[in-house]
Amino acid sequence: MKYTKEHEWLRVEGDLVVVGITEHAATQLGDVVFIELPEIETMVAEGDEVAVIESVKAASDIAAPMDGEIVAVNDKLVEKPGLVNADPMTAWFFKMRVDDLSVLDDFMDEDEYQDMIG
Amino acid sequence: MTEESPNLRRLPLHGIHLRLGARMVPFAGWEMPVQYPAGVMKEHLHTRAAAGLFDVSHMGQLLLRPRSDMAALGAAFERLMPVDVLGLAPGRQRYGMLTTDTGGILDDLMFANRGDHLFVVVNAACASQDTAHLRAHLADVAEVVAVEDRGLLALQGPAAEAALSRLIPAAAAMRFMDLISADWRGHDLWISRSGYTGEDGYEISVPVLVIEAFTESLLAMPDVAPIGLGARDSLRLEAGLCLYGHDIDTTTSPIEAGLGWAIQKARRPGGARAGGFAGAERILAELADGPRRLRVGLRPEGRAPMREGTDLFTPDGTPVGRVTSGGFGPSVEAPVAMAYVAAAHAAPGTQLLGEVRGKRLPVTVVPLPFRPSTYKR
Repeated sequence: MKYTKEHEWLRVEGDLVVVGITEHAATQLGDVVFIELPEIETMVAEGDEVAVIESVKAASDIAAPMDGEIVAVNDKLVEKPGLVNADPMTAWFFKMRVDDLSVLDDFMDEDEYQDMIG
Repeated sequence: MTEESPNLRRLPLHGIHLRLGARMVPFAGWEMPVQYPAGVMKEHLHTRAAAGLFDVSHMGQLLLRPRSDMAALGAAFERLMPVDVLGLAPGRQRYGMLTTDTGGILDDLMFANRGDHLFVVVNAACASQDTAHLRAHLADVAEVVAVEDRGLLALQGPAAEAALSRLIPAAAAMRFMDLISADWRGHDLWISRSGYTGEDGYEISVPVLVIEAFTESLLAMPDVAPIGLGARDSLRLEAGLCLYGHDIDTTTSPIEAGLGWAIQKARRPGGARAGGFAGAERILAELADGPRRLRVGLRPEGRAPMREGTDLFTPDGTPVGRVTSGGFGPSVEAPVAMAYVAAAHAAPGTQLLGEVRGKRLPVTVVPLPFRPSTYKR
């Protein structure tokens, strides 16, 4: 499992990268009430705002952690946004196909992420 | 999470909030609990189902002590508000708003007749400005005293009566907008049957000396849970109540804001003391002819909340207004919002579009409140 500075977790599944938000992020956001997911088969660039997550308090964006193609989205979250609070580590948002999985080496591991959130 | 903010004022219950695990945020110059570990959604629903305890000690508590008699004070106060002050009986509270000379709203407030003086509660962000305004205009008739040795609690929800009555038996017999003094362990509490959640409940002015002990006595009851500012906002939004600085300000008139119900007959044309208040020209004209724009309720059709600042359009693309408060209503189980829209588009049932992240999404004008109030009238 890898982590971004924006509090996303990244999990490799075959040749895909699965993206979700961390428990820390879910706790900070509070109760999630709305999620908008990207279209599948969309090419995205690192930093593109691809999903929207709204809690009772505020709206925030989820950015693509790397260049690639969105190949799957978790429609269950649209129906039940509260899944993100219930179990953030299994509530994945989207899956990306990337050219080279070695880009994951640039992201934080568990220990580094835990250090960052202190 | 809490950053050192030396300029922020601390609530008398600061230690209790930290012990309860509150997330503290800056608000109107105070360090305030925005939520506890239960979270906004559960806190909101708990208030509607049982009883929520809110620390609203940041709000300004003022006493207006007449220099000669209450009638002179009432008459002078009526020049600052389009509200019947003289007709308010002892032991009763009323909603009011200080108006500008051009008919906008300087602040909204609650005032109560405590027999030989008036007790006023104003918004935290406006407190120092309000105090100066009242001192400037009431100097000849009243001493304006800022109450510094009391905190303010709100206990709201269907279990509030039973909970407070265990400590203060006289609370049970109070009606909506009654205000009493009651003894608790030798200290004088000022209790009104009112609040800002749409629920039955109380606001309790408590001497700082005993506010921790009084709070612990309430929190020890199984029905009572601490509730933060986050849920206070979603509760008042569902109740269709205005938040100063968002839904009302110096540019919005009481009539545009849908607060005409707070202007009693005595202050309206044909009334005993019609007009004669700041901004009367605009306010009475809007009362007679209708305002250009109106505060309305909105129900977005999808699940996407429409937050403050969302621009509104007719289906053919004409701009007609803007959202002033919006979010998710936990009891309504859907997004809800309040907005000002041009009067021609303010009728319930009107279909509009709200622009969220570049997309124009359908929204329907609906009557306020989103949830009926449960006041004990």
